[in-house]
Amino acid sequence: MARYIVRRLGFLLLTLLLTSALIFVITRLLPGDVARVILGREASEQALTALREELGLNRPAVVQYASWLGDFVRGDWGRSYSTRLPIREVVLERLGNSLRLAGLTLLIAVPLAVALGVIAGLREECPADQVISIGALAVVGLPEFVTGLVLIDLFAFRLRWLPANSSVAPDTSLFAALPQLILPALTATLVLLAYIIRLTRAGVIEELRQDYVRTAALKGLPRATVIVRHVLRNALLPTVTVIAISLGWLISGLIVVENVFNYPGLGRLLTFAIDRRDLPLLQAVSMITVLIFALANLAADLIYALLNPRIRLG
Amino acid sequence: MDDTPILDIDNLTVGYRVEGGWRDAVREVSLQVAAGETLGVVGESGSGKSTLALAVLRFLGAGGAIRAGAVRLQGADMAELAPRGLSATWARDLRLVPQNPLAALNPSLRVGEQIAEAVRQTAGGALSRADAQRQALDLLRLVRLADPERVYRGYPHELSGGMQQRALIAMALHGEPALLILDEPTTSLDATTEAAILDLLAELAGGQGGQGAARATLFISHNLGIVARMCDRVAVLYAGELVEQAPTARLFATPLHPYSAGLIGSLPRPGMRHNLRPLRPIPGAIPRLDALPAGCVFHPRCPLALDRCRSERPLLEQAAPGHQVRCHRWREVERGALQDGEPAQPVPAPASAEVAAEPVLVMREVAKQFPLRRSLADLLARRPPRMVQAVDGVDLRLGRGRTLGVVGESGSGKTTLARCVVGLEERSGGAISLVDLPLAPGLEQRAPAVLRRIQMVFQNPQEALNPYLTVGEALRRPLMRLGGLRRAEAERRVARLLDAVKLDPGYAARLPAQLSGGERQRVAIARAFAAEPDLVLLDEAVSALDVSVQAAVLNLLSELRQRSGTSYLFITHDLAVVSYLADEVAVIYLGQVLEQGTVEAVLRPPFHPYTEALLSALPSLPPAAPRERIRLEGEVPSPVALPTGCRFHTRCPRALGAICATEEPPWRDAGGGHRIRCHIPLEELRVLQGGT
Amino acid sequence: MALDTVERGIGSGVATGGTPGGWRRALRAIWGRPTSAVGAAIVLLFAALALAGPLIAPYRATDQIASARRQPPSAAHLFGTDRLGRDVFSRVVLGTRDIFALAGLGTLVAVLLGTGVGLIAAYWGGWPEELTFRSFDALLAIPALLLALLLLGTVGPSRQSVLLVIVIVYTPIVARVVRSVVLAVKPRGFIEAARMRGEALGYILGREILPAVLPALAVEAALRFSYAIFLVASLGFLGVGVQPPAPDWGLMVLEARNDVALAPWSLYFPAGAIALLVVGVNLFADGLRRALQA
Repeated sequence: MARYIVRRLGFLLLTLLLTSALIFVITRLLPGDVARVILGREASEQALTALREELGLNRPAVVQYASWLGDFVRGDWGRSYSTRLPIREVVLERLGNSLRLAGLTLLIAVPLAVALGVIAGLREECPADQVISIGALAVVGLPEFVTGLVLIDLFAFRLRWLPANSSVAPDTSLFAALPQLILPALTATLVLLAYIIRLTRAGVIEELRQDYVRTAALKGLPRATVIVRHVLRNALLPTVTVIAISLGWLISGLIVVENVFNYPGLGRLLTFAIDRRDLPLLQAVSMITVLIFALANLAADLIYALLNPRIRLG
Repeated sequence: MDDTPILDIDNLTVGYRVEGGWRDAVREVSLQVAAGETLGVVGESGSGKSTLALAVLRFLGAGGAIRAGAVRLQGADMAELAPRGLSATWARDLRLVPQNPLAALNPSLRVGEQIAEAVRQTAGGALSRADAQRQALDLLRLVRLADPERVYRGYPHELSGGMQQRALIAMALHGEPALLILDEPTTSLDATTEAAILDLLAELAGGQGGQGAARATLFISHNLGIVARMCDRVAVLYAGELVEQAPTARLFATPLHPYSAGLIGSLPRPGMRHNLRPLRPIPGAIPRLDALPAGCVFHPRCPLALDRCRSERPLLEQAAPGHQVRCHRWREVERGALQDGEPAQPVPAPASAEVAAEPVLVMREVAKQFPLRRSLADLLARRPPRMVQAVDGVDLRLGRGRTLGVVGESGSGKTTLARCVVGLEERSGGAISLVDLPLAPGLEQRAPAVLRRIQMVFQNPQEALNPYLTVGEALRRPLMRLGGLRRAEAERRVARLLDAVKLDPGYAARLPAQLSGGERQRVAIARAFAAEPDLVLLDEAVSALDVSVQAAVLNLLSELRQRSGTSYLFITHDLAVVSYLADEVAVIYLGQVLEQGTVEAVLRPPFHPYTEALLSALPSLPPAAPRERIRLEGEVPSPVALPTGCRFHTRCPRALGAICATEEPPWRDAGGGHRIRCHIPLEELRVLQGGT
Repeated sequence: MALDTVERGIGSGVATGGTPGGWRRALRAIWGRPTSAVGAAIVLLFAALALAGPLIAPYRATDQIASARRQPPSAAHLFGTDRLGRDVFSRVVLGTRDIFALAGLGTLVAVLLGTGVGLIAAYWGGWPEELTFRSFDALLAIPALLLALLLLGTVGPSRQSVLLVIVIVYTPIVARVVRSVVLAVKPRGFIEAARMRGEALGYILGREILPAVLPALAVEAALRFSYAIFLVASLGFLGVGVQPPAPDWGLMVLEARNDVALAPWSLYFPAGAIALLVVGVNLFADGLRRALQA
């Protein structure tokens, strides 16, 4: 097990290293002249030279990457070009908001999706399964901005139950912010729901076909015991990993949802940084998002390994 | 005791729903198993034997149903049980030991808990958790597990296949079940493990009543030898029908149904030789359920079929007390009036059957190591990778036109050795030469002219042919690539190749999915022979085939070798097949050859103790008189941490002591090329093993 | 483990499935299943619109009718008009070709590239495979939309950039699906038999392995197409994809969002078109997977 953790940590570091290099390449090398990207087409040659000097763009790419990564790891993320505010504070505050929204989404989506997935899997090809499966297929086809805007139109404009705009002020307590969180969380839930349902269903169906289920049934155990103690015990194990993987979807989804609802999270900050050509901000947001995603995956793998004797003792 | 049979299968028809219709996998089968009795059900794949087992359990799954007839357990009709009653019957009376023990155990529960769960369920809550655990431990002891506490605490993946199967047997034997169903219980195990499990089952069945014995046993198997050893009576199933049923000894002595006779004649037995007493295979293949022949279901393959057999279905008749047969001509068979067909032609021994034949393949000190994956830490510390020694210092010679059998259990390195010869694996040391040509280790370094001369037939006919290419293309490619033929010429030769493996030329247009397993293996053999190689490697080439089909393929191989003068390197776990086909044998264990020589020499004492154990594990037919059985302890050690001294000492029943654990044994020459690698002197071995 | 699950999740679940000659049967099975038949019909309908768009649309995409702003649906304007007086029906119809061109072409390139890379890298094995797929892992460690935004943020929004983004985001995924099939097929006897007669790499990849890859690849291509539509629309909505005044569905939703109270039709029709097409492709892909698995 210790060996597994060490290997997994090494793998995480390698992935982060490669990913950071990728982000660096995309934001620094791909655009050609970064200074011009930032300052725009009309910038004077003088200003361009000054900015290149400030950013150290004259140094070799590898040196630039190393110093950039070093600064990031030390927590020195620089100042935003567009707002001149220190990036770290902004990003961490927005991260808090995003995690709040993501947490609420997971709280709604995971139990619901797992329950529906298990029902569909246990009743494979029966009406219950068909309703759930086709529903999931349909829902997964609805982009977040479509469902989000429909929900706004319905609950904010027509019924006037909830606010259309979710731009909560900083330091709002969770409870006070709840009305603003509900619609974005519901929107993000829909996509996640479909994804987790499909994988849970597939897992249950796969386990039901295993020989050990027959062994359990032939012991004379009641069907409920066979399902809970034997089938679900194995079928739900991978769900931990499924949830972690689906965080990738959730992150993508939240970028759109936050823009639909004007919610001050990382996703909104990301599109802001792109609008303003704010490369340092863009890099910081990307790095922190990737880090969160990678850590969630690590956590899921470790939990999975802990629950699964085949890896724990392997 | 009343004489109600424990199990009464009454005129049972079981079908599966397919596209709106029914495919009956079992038709009008009647069987009884009385208390204290073991009934064997024998059949090849497609015979319906597994369906029969599931129907008895009333566990057919969604698509299957009992279409007619009944299954009665201790007089009670299983079909009339309510779900709750069915569960209670399963818990108390009906037990199954399945084929694949690893799959049958829940991977995330401790083995002991799974047994205790069954015990408690049967007791119906009247048992405390601690008592159930104690009983589970007792059961594990009962099945002769060396360390029951460890097995109790272990997860399935931590146990070997043999241990898993013992645990399942333990689980099946708690309480006093009425009926134990053994469904191919040893098929997924190695020969020596299989023998040990069979010993255990025989011993348990011998005990009278109480914990550890079922009142009756249904033993399902494709293996005639095992059934002959384990069962009081045998029922033979063919294509879903009961064709014959008789007491074991009687069935093997005087089979009345041509299919039973064919099965027995198909089984390689000691003393049978491809060139002296060839097998008599049954032609053709078992029919598919959607294309059952009219009349007698066996008539298309029957050497005795008459017009009547093609139109009129025979009834199951009583030939003698306890002996039933479904054949129009059983009376003639019984009288011996039908010396069926021409006696199989003994193939004349080739003139060059001398050991001094020109060598085709020479291996010297061949070795193969696989590096284990290193961890990152090891990589940084520049520690060399740990090695798996799969093949170690193998010296073998194979003469032209001869067959060398390489025998070993799984993990012995026999397949790796074969792959080193063809170049699919690059050997790590030693030299291999073909005739007088040294062979490069890797396939990519070998010239096309060399490639042409060595070909291989793989174990699994399912995977040997590309499902997306026609038989014609599969055969044409080697003719063009290796034989240097133009396309048109290659097309013409395909028909001749097919004819050589006794397939119709029309097969060239077929896809592998349209062929039976035996036909696929014939095509694979034709492909190997297409470019007229000097050497063909056969890697378990008949192991995946049913007995009757296997016999035909073995005879085909023998005939092809005779005609082409090709040499065979025959890799197998099956000593019976080796003794039938091979001229020479090498017995391999953990990468080392332990004994080698001509087949006659190796199969007679003195044996290496490992060879002795393998021979002893061989189910014999007809069942031999009880003799001393050599059984191996424990499991094959990991090739990562090889035992010191003699590789075999950890399991050797005849080990001398310290010397075996510390010193590598010497080769002892028994004359005529027969060598044994053992510390025990040959004379002593001969005495121990009762040779004369 | 996580990565295996990714493979299972985003992969098609068609291992080496499918039997030869199964394509015609698969097609019949798709039409025989109500849900997949509906999906296929939707896809065909939109494909027809993409082809014949200019013949059907009564106006050009940029025609502004000053006198007819925010008109509700009527006979003259089937889907109404937006705040600039543009005919929503014409813009939805004409936008079909855009989305098919972008998502379709992007998917096609990604599938071809991913198949080529996956086949070769997985068959060779060793360090080329390791290097290729480790880099792909790094790419996949960045959530798809984030990667897309990063690329567009630096390259600048345009049609070509969107195409590039689709290719970069989906090539690794396709390559991994192909790889999983190749790894399943590679150790089989028929591949080893081909190697033992010295077949060239091209023959082994193209003739012996590719047919086994095709079923999984077909399903994957259909799924990728649906995600690509989704992605193009999302990028349009975020304002970093296709730029105004093009009749891009996502962009139309973005332009209509502040107008939803006054002209809800200008939002609902393009939004509905996106949803309908994506759901259609999904239903079709699901049917294809079931048909090829059987």
